[in-house]
Amino acid sequence: MSNAQDKLTRRNFLRTAARGTCAAGLGALAIASAGNVATRRSVWQIDPSKCTACGNCATHCVLTESAVKCAHQYAKCGRCNFCFGYYKSGSSGAKSHSGVEFQLCPTDALLRKWLIEDSYEYTIDLEKCTGCGICVKGCKEGNGSLFLQVDHDRCTNCNECTIATACPAQAFVRLPAEKPYWFDQGTEHKS
Amino acid sequence: MRLITAGILVLLATSTCALGTEASKYPPPDLGPDYVQPPGHMPEITHEIMPIVDIAILAVALVLASYLALKQRSRKGIWILGVVSLIYFGFYRQGCVCPIGAIQSIAEAIFNPAAVISLVVILFFVLPLIFTLMFGRTFCGSVCPLGAIQEVVLVHPVRLPGILRHALGLLPCVYLALAVLFAATGSAYVICRYDPFIALFRMNGPAGMLILGACFIVISMFVGRPYCRFLCPYGLLLSWASKLSWTRVTITPNECVKCRLCENACPYDAISKPNTKTLPENRKRGVIGLLGMMLLAPLVIGASAWIMVKTAPTLAKMHPTVRLSQRVEREDSKEVSDTTDASQAFRESGRPVEDLHATAAEIRENMTKGSLIAGLFIGLVIALRLIALSTRRTRQDYQADRALCVACGRCFEFCPVDPRNKKPTDGGLA
Repeated sequence: MSNAQDKLTRRNFLRTAARGTCAAGLGALAIASAGNVATRRSVWQIDPSKCTACGNCATHCVLTESAVKCAHQYAKCGRCNFCFGYYKSGSSGAKSHSGVEFQLCPTDALLRKWLIEDSYEYTIDLEKCTGCGICVKGCKEGNGSLFLQVDHDRCTNCNECTIATACPAQAFVRLPAEKPYWFDQGTEHKS
Repeated sequence: MRLITAGILVLLATSTCALGTEASKYPPPDLGPDYVQPPGHMPEITHEIMPIVDIAILAVALVLASYLALKQRSRKGIWILGVVSLIYFGFYRQGCVCPIGAIQSIAEAIFNPAAVISLVVILFFVLPLIFTLMFGRTFCGSVCPLGAIQEVVLVHPVRLPGILRHALGLLPCVYLALAVLFAATGSAYVICRYDPFIALFRMNGPAGMLILGACFIVISMFVGRPYCRFLCPYGLLLSWASKLSWTRVTITPNECVKCRLCENACPYDAISKPNTKTLPENRKRGVIGLLGMMLLAPLVIGASAWIMVKTAPTLAKMHPTVRLSQRVEREDSKEVSDTTDASQAFRESGRPVEDLHATAAEIRENMTKGSLIAGLFIGLVIALRLIALSTRRTRQDYQADRALCVACGRCFEFCPVDPRNKKPTDGGLA
């Protein structure tokens, strides 16, 4: 009986020691990952230099309406009359037309407004935009001012982004939460 | 609200980023000084506040779960807390971030210095483990949404044969090893990708995942917590922590009278019966069995490591870069005539093919190294299980198994010693 008691005490002692070791290990792990890696919050974003505008963003998001939307870098836009992102290629004769049969955007989300003689301003109706990237693909022929970005008021920031797994160009990267958009990046990020 | 600050606008205009540096093919017209550029679209992160709320709710739920299971001993309370967790962490927060998936983020953060990890993920990983070291697996019982959904649908528990239980019980260690391996090599987050209930939480997802979810729900109606017991890699970590726990759930608050009433209460086979009557069995046979298992251990470990290293090339295909490298190789050797989106994207990027193949080779090498470690780990766990199975430990009364008990509280109601279960009519009969 006393033997069993002893054994029990020994086991309990070992268990306490092991528990202490585990707790210390956990603490070390937490500190190591917090200190060494980064405590920054990070979010998903698309690297436009890699993006091929394949269209997966519109269909692969876990949200019914994708978190990816078209963004426009106005400073770069040429305000072209024949916009490659607005008009279907080969409809150059349609210059002055804004008929829907000449337009690329399937949801009429890319809007065009006349500025001066041959210049137009292009804006995006985010309510209508599905993030399909058709206009982005078109604009690659031009200045490339249209590109796809993850909208952070929509993105739920999943641990594994389902679009990222379906992205053929591996263009999805994690950016620090302080600078969550590609166009405010000073330097190129490591993927 | 889509807020844009003037500062961001200035930043936008004077942006020196890669997008802005190259000369424009179609230079913008001079629009005069009066022209105001439309604001760029950069909505703020709306989920910023949520993680802090999530952590707070997780901590409160863990405290409450431990209190309900250990102090209050209330099956009803545990069940209600489980349902609340299911609604909040499951259906409202859509199952992300969760401690199970956090394993991968932690693994990637440790093995890949470039990976960015948030404090929230670290806390989600660490908090339930700390609570388990203190109070046992109360997290599984009523905080985990995956556990709760299986708990809620369990209508007719069927007991599985022991050998099947032990065999399936080895799966979590394989799953854990693979999940860490894939995360560490940057290949994939398999736990997230194949989470059977996430599609249900989101009421959306690929058809395959919805079907898998439905299958798990149907199985969970008859087999108690199939995911927790036979797959969950985090459950494995918690079961180890639970073995060392400071205190834990007990079937009876007082002394066990060995009435056998609780014997069939546990649908998770976590109640160990007293074995003083079956002991002592033939000691010599027991010792030989144990020695046999100990001699078998190196063989098991070796075999497991060998299998994993052999499957490493296949496992490496989980990494998109390896797949792409193979595809490009086949295209270059004219083995296939068409292209894929990925290979097309690669060719358009102008990256040298040698660079791609070199990266892929590096990943393959890492995968082989990792597979060896994973194989050794799996083998070690299996060997230790076999050794543990061939040792006998004296139990005087009915006990909740330290590793398997998920603190669901079903057995509480069966214990006649518990003063809570004494109904007024009992007094009349006595």
